[in-house]
Amino acid sequence: MTKKPWYRYLWIFSSVYILLGFFNILFAWLGLICFFVPIAIAVFGGGKSYCNNYCGRGQLFDLLGNKCGLSRKKDMPRFLKSKYFRYGFLIFFFAMFFSMLFSTYLVFSGARELKEVVTLLWTIKLGWGFSYAGGVTPGVAQFAFGFYSVMLTSTMLGLFTMVLYKPRSWCVYCPMGTMTQLICKAKK
Amino acid sequence: MKVAIIDKKQCVACGCCVNICPKNAIAMFKGKYAVVDEELCVGCGKCSEICPASVINMEVVKND
Repeated sequence: MTKKPWYRYLWIFSSVYILLGFFNILFAWLGLICFFVPIAIAVFGGGKSYCNNYCGRGQLFDLLGNKCGLSRKKDMPRFLKSKYFRYGFLIFFFAMFFSMLFSTYLVFSGARELKEVVTLLWTIKLGWGFSYAGGVTPGVAQFAFGFYSVMLTSTMLGLFTMVLYKPRSWCVYCPMGTMTQLICKAKK
Repeated sequence: MKVAIIDKKQCVACGCCVNICPKNAIAMFKGKYAVVDEELCVGCGKCSEICPASVINMEVVKND
């Protein structure tokens, strides 16, 4: 047996990240790593090695679905695998992301008060003040709440499709995955 | 014998098949899609089973 390389343990990082959001929402900022690193790798010629090797979330779904048997391992419906859905979800996800950035901007500018809320599935508002003790500029905290909402929502969706379909079904419609693949395709 | 055939157009390039292949017969092509080295493939079907997009089929190829 060859020793597993360090990056096969990144599922621990992804799990700890979700847990930290329950203790101090400001840790949500760490999630930006999962945004910038895959893009940087794709742009600088590393292809999709982020998805292939370093994505802790993918590893977590693989672990829970394959090793722990929490997946039915059925084929995804054709619609969910289609380019329409993948690109549509990418656009929707980024629209929601920019709307979150705009809310953050409003709090930064003082036009809006900080809302200590985590929004699940872009609609369900959960009071999350328990994980915020103050101490930073309201805008900085607002971004943390917003970004954690994005991360928690996508983790929930991923877990849901993991159980219903293949363990890493999330990878099929993951906006970061779709985007990095588009970058790679555009590069020829 | 059977060999893994990947539908390149539908491949999401996630890398599940590359990681599970016991023969290292699958590689990712520039982050666009996975490619199978048919010389190395032993037709075990693990990639087909794990592929979240279900775009890998085990097909019989004439090989003697």
